[in-house]
Amino acid sequence: MDHMPENWGRPRSDVYGVYNPAIHNAGPTTHTQQPSITGTSVLAIKYNKGVMLAADNLASYGSLARFTDQERLIKVGKETVVGVSGDVSDMQYIQLLLERLIIEDNYEQDGHNLRAPHIYEYLSRVMYNRRSKIDPLWNAILVAGKKDDGSPFLGYVDLLGVTYSAPTIATGFGAYLAIPLLRKIASDDGDEKRITEQQARAALDECMKVLFYRDARSLDKYSVATVTTDGEVTIEQNVRCQDMSWRFADHIRGYGTQTM
Amino acid sequence: MFRNSYDNDSITYSPTGRLFQVEYALEAIKQGSAAVGLVSKTHAVIVALKRSAEELGSYQKKIIRIDDHLGIALAGLSPDARVLSNFMRQQAMSSRMIYNRPIPVSRVVSAIGDKAQRNTQIYGRRPYGVGLLVAGFDETGPHLFEFQPSGTVLEYFGAAIGARSQSARTYLERNFEQFHDASLEDLVLHGLRALRDTLAQDKELLAQNTSIGVVGLDLKFTLYDNDDAREWLEKLGDVGSTRGRQLPDEPEPAATEDAPVTDAPPPEETDTVEPIETDA
Repeated sequence: MDHMPENWGRPRSDVYGVYNPAIHNAGPTTHTQQPSITGTSVLAIKYNKGVMLAADNLASYGSLARFTDQERLIKVGKETVVGVSGDVSDMQYIQLLLERLIIEDNYEQDGHNLRAPHIYEYLSRVMYNRRSKIDPLWNAILVAGKKDDGSPFLGYVDLLGVTYSAPTIATGFGAYLAIPLLRKIASDDGDEKRITEQQARAALDECMKVLFYRDARSLDKYSVATVTTDGEVTIEQNVRCQDMSWRFADHIRGYGTQTM
Repeated sequence: MFRNSYDNDSITYSPTGRLFQVEYALEAIKQGSAAVGLVSKTHAVIVALKRSAEELGSYQKKIIRIDDHLGIALAGLSPDARVLSNFMRQQAMSSRMIYNRPIPVSRVVSAIGDKAQRNTQIYGRRPYGVGLLVAGFDETGPHLFEFQPSGTVLEYFGAAIGARSQSARTYLERNFEQFHDASLEDLVLHGLRALRDTLAQDKELLAQNTSIGVVGLDLKFTLYDNDDAREWLEKLGDVGSTRGRQLPDEPEPAATEDAPVTDAPPPEETDTVEPIETDA
């Protein structure tokens, strides 16, 4: 007789396989979700004294432009900026994780602080582990700051756990529309040494304008963050696209080839 | 000292506020052979005297590499050191994997300090019976920490643990002002001289019984044993014990006496015959 009450009433192990007690404590099964409220592209470009990022202030609910005051560039610690596109509630969760990370890192006050490369590695681990559980954080994230050797740092990580680094990076629609424009001024590693802050800013403003023209889920109001290799972080808010021309809209009838 | 009625378990205080089991654990460290550590502004060095249980046996490993930037020297129960060093390696690996950075020395040392403290406050557990000298290099420079079974972790310019370590400590106290600006070679030689002072009469530092670990700026943790140790000993020159020689200002150490765990100065040790045991 089996004296263990937890085994009474169970099917035979030799016929149905050994019972896995983890079933008893398992949470709901979560699989690939759909993002609900989303942010569109985040752009970034390295320049001679740091990195500059831009992201608009729109949080869309499908095709509805639901919230126009959503800040998507996050300052982390003293010298790092994280830009997030994709699901906004997952972005807020990431913000929470990063806030806790910095708080705990500061407990010791021992002169050791987490910087951009460390935060990037941490987020990469989080994103990849979530994807491996088939329960991703539905985002594409850019991490900007400075490396240990003093040069600018820029890294990308997304919902699949894919990571890469380049002088210019953009997520979402920006990957198709903005990257070619940014690569006109910085195409290879090392090119950033020749770019000034003004040039970087001009390139980003141009790209945000192009995206507002062509990305149907974008907004003309955005924020620009600058992270310098001296360790200064500034986030300029409420920047608006300038000198746009919408006169072509006058001639449009219907969609596609319709002319009347 | 050995007739206390408050020493049955680690979690009972004596009426004078002492935890005797923790103090007894410190005695275990004094039974192990000596280890010495010191830092300059660019390097951290640990040297240790290895013991063998019998003439035909191997010498107990006294220095363990934890990571590229971290190593430890142990004195006391070496199995306890193994467990702690494996834990430190896990912590170091975790830091590299999650944050892509070498673990700051003070953090890994706090982690084992907390681990050791738990064993002094949970019924049924015994304190770790090993003392460690942790030498490492991180963003804030080279560091030397001393770890004790009580969970106390302190940073030092120079430290010594194990049998007859007071003699080494005396050498370090007399010479520590030279350490800060010393070259790596000078620092190691200071360490070896301090270690030499812990030798019993008529013993000497040999390639087989001396272990040296160094780490610093642009230098990953490197262990020198056997033939590699021989090269350092040749630089040292005189490898024999200074005990029994007529030295005017170095009295023989006095007998052991009781001492509380925390802040009091360490007691001097008895100069007994080395016990026959396999522990370091």
